[in-house]
Amino acid sequence: MDFFDRFAIPHPSPVIYASMVAIGLTVLAIIAGLSYFKKWGYLWREWLTTVDHKRIGIMYLISALLMLFRGGVDAIMLRAQLATPEAKLLDAQHYNEIFSTHGVVMILFMAMPFIMALMNFVVPLQIGARDVAFPRLNALSFWLFFMGAMLFNISFVIGGSPDAGWTSYFPLAGNEFSESVGTNYYMIAIQIAGIGTLLTGINFMTTILKMRAPGMTLMKMPMFTWSSLVANLIIVFAFPVLTVALAMGTMDRLFGTHFFTTDNGGMDMLWANLFWVWGHPEVYILILPSFGIYSEIISTFARRNLYGYKSMVYSMVVIAAYSFLVWAHHFFTMGQGALTNSIFSITTMAIAVPTGVKIFNWLFTLYKGKIEMTTPMLYSMLFIPLFTIGGVTGVMLAMSAADYQYHNTMFLVAHFHNVIIPGVVFAMLAGLTYYWPKMFGFMLNEKLGKWTAWLLSIGFLLAFMPMYITGLDGQARRMYTYSESTGFGPWNMVSFIGAAIMAVGFAVLVYNVYYSVRYASRNISSDPWDARTLEWATHTPVPEYNFAQVPQIDSIETFWDAKKKGHVLFKGKYEKIHMPNNSGMPFIMGCIFFAWGFSFVFGIWVPLILTTIGIFICMALRSFENDHGHYISVEEIEETETKLRGAN
Amino acid sequence: MKIDNSLPLEYSTEENRLKILGFWIFLGAEIMLFGTLFASYFTLVDRTAGGPNGMHLFEIGPVLIETFLLLASSFTIGLGIHAMRLGRRKAMMTFFGITLLLGLGFLSVEIYDFIMYVHEGATIQTSAFTSILFTTLGTHGAHVTLGLFWGLFIILQVKKRGLTPETANKSFIFSLYWHFLDVVWIFIFSFIYLKGMM
Ligand code: HEM
Ligand SMILES: [Cu+2]
Repeated sequence: MDFFDRFAIPHPSPVIYASMVAIGLTVLAIIAGLSYFKKWGYLWREWLTTVDHKRIGIMYLISALLMLFRGGVDAIMLRAQLATPEAKLLDAQHYNEIFSTHGVVMILFMAMPFIMALMNFVVPLQIGARDVAFPRLNALSFWLFFMGAMLFNISFVIGGSPDAGWTSYFPLAGNEFSESVGTNYYMIAIQIAGIGTLLTGINFMTTILKMRAPGMTLMKMPMFTWSSLVANLIIVFAFPVLTVALAMGTMDRLFGTHFFTTDNGGMDMLWANLFWVWGHPEVYILILPSFGIYSEIISTFARRNLYGYKSMVYSMVVIAAYSFLVWAHHFFTMGQGALTNSIFSITTMAIAVPTGVKIFNWLFTLYKGKIEMTTPMLYSMLFIPLFTIGGVTGVMLAMSAADYQYHNTMFLVAHFHNVIIPGVVFAMLAGLTYYWPKMFGFMLNEKLGKWTAWLLSIGFLLAFMPMYITGLDGQARRMYTYSESTGFGPWNMVSFIGAAIMAVGFAVLVYNVYYSVRYASRNISSDPWDARTLEWATHTPVPEYNFAQVPQIDSIETFWDAKKKGHVLFKGKYEKIHMPNNSGMPFIMGCIFFAWGFSFVFGIWVPLILTTIGIFICMALRSFENDHGHYISVEEIEETETKLRGAN
Repeated sequence: MKIDNSLPLEYSTEENRLKILGFWIFLGAEIMLFGTLFASYFTLVDRTAGGPNGMHLFEIGPVLIETFLLLASSFTIGLGIHAMRLGRRKAMMTFFGITLLLGLGFLSVEIYDFIMYVHEGATIQTSAFTSILFTTLGTHGAHVTLGLFWGLFIILQVKKRGLTPETANKSFIFSLYWHFLDVVWIFIFSFIYLKGMM
């Protein structure tokens, strides 16, 4: 019996039992649905084994939206608990678990895959490539991310969720204070997803550096591609640090090592340092591609080329370098002395400069532009002022002496939501709306889209502005309740209302998808926004090979020049196209990794060893495999092209 | 597949060039990985919690043997790639084989070293110092172990398929990996062993 005890939830509640039932029923419903409609083969052939960057992008997108829902439910529960003083909705332990999973899910399993979704779908199209450099590896990246996310998500029904915060500081995260397997889930699920992300970083850097269409020099790359290149560079240098930190944390918890313990020479601050050496660059991994999306959208709908292209590029490169030099600002109060604090204060404030440069570039792009207020543009216009508030409070936090007042209060919570929601989430929703027609062949409804944008903005302001005030007043973060005499009650109620309005905003988005699937016109052009970059130069839906002929580039906005100045994008005859074959291996490896992670979390060693061997066997099989892909013949291309041209 | 004959075999196709660049970027990530381990090592090196420290544990003999074996293997794999460029398949396979044998020798001495440490009362659980020591050395050793299998697979493929752009590419990338492990070892040798014995 002992063996099974560990899978039980250490701290159950009716909600958790209800979720177990709900998860069970959903899985059954999916299996039944797939069998009834005989879709297993379709699922396997078209999706699970695909190596096509566009389909992988869409799978990332679906996962990100699911995780947005999961993280959103967490958020609502947290705000509901805090809405009134001394509320009894959640107890301290549940509150701890929920804010921990909320943070991890939103940053690593929502924001990251959302960015990966857009990067996967857009970057190869933007540079005129047929796919990414290593399509098979790309699929593996996705499945590792997906299995990591799933592993993390089952924690709350099997064995218990992590409860030491998304930062998982030691010694709190050590065995002594976090007895349940929750923190094992944290260490191992993020490890698996993180390896996937690292592989993506390598893949996309190679793709962008080597596979651009002829004529597209580095300084002629579209801004989103530039931002992706820089973000992937940061990934390659930041994620190995996380890999090491997580491995050490895992060993401390499972193998009795002394990296972060309080005895035998262990050093808990080492975790804090390693975590933030990864963690700060991570926030820039999120924000830079978002900046890239805004740049595309703003120049499209201001009907102007982007102002200060070069300074945009340089500021991103500077941000990338700086992002590795500021990590200690996350623990000014943890005793590293005045000199260190001063240095990190200055580097942190300095990073606001290139960020400001970008804001001004967007403003100058808008200046004298013919602005067309579509939904993506509305998000961008809301982003500029809202994000600026977050940047300014960031600089406030950067002053180490003052940070003793703000640190770990609601003020900090307000800051990072203030940069992440208008900065990253709005960018992703704007990007989603903008690229939706290219992905699915119809537009999302504009009116509903604008409702979402406004509801999210108003909800955001109501939810987070009060936190600046209560934070300055001393309301600590991560506390499950507070007494009435503090006077925080009314402000927290406002926050709850704001959170509820945001939830309505997301509900409208879901309705929008439903509505547009049913009613939106399928008769749209391949360039419905009158855009400026290459991804709009191919058909909708995008054929498997992206471009029948490789486009010829001679300026930053070649597609625009092709439309307005008669530049010839596609020259010459069709030639047969080489494409990679589908493969079930990435998915299978993902599944083995899931079993590996699960065995690791619970310390069941025999399956752990077997799955480890399984992973190596997969790699060996791959090494011996002789797979040269296939060719699409000229006749086939002609047929597809005629069909698609007719469709538009 | 377009083959460009003006370039060495391992660079001759577009796919090959992508793979080589991708592998260099991967090595960049590996540098960060080992860099993090080294940084942690320097942070924890004096935290021995009353247990043995480097002075106690390290012995120059086995370490010199390890260093010699690994440096020699880096040389032989260089010869292997040279032979490959000349199209001499047999010679190349021989050099690769010698490389792997040297690697195996290295690994055996390292394992012997580990056993000695444990005998002297230093396990991975003893102190922060021993935890990071075993982890850093172990990570390098695990890389070598993986390399032994990988190298073996490549020899088998060259044997079966001959020197094609694909096998040449794999062999070349493997040689990069092997050289990289050698470089990491030089850092381990200087900053963990020599410094620890001073
Ligand atoms: C203008 C640039 C920025 C500056 C000067 C800045 C400064 C800071 C400082 C000093 C802290 C630590 C405060 C404390 O713990 O007391 C912090 C926390 C944080 N910032 Fe920023 N920040 C900036 C932009 C951003 C951006 C763009 C993002 C994300 C996209 C971001 C996300 C975060 C997160 C997630 C945390 C803390 C998380 C935690 O402790 O759980 N920041 N910021
Ligand atoms: Cu930071």
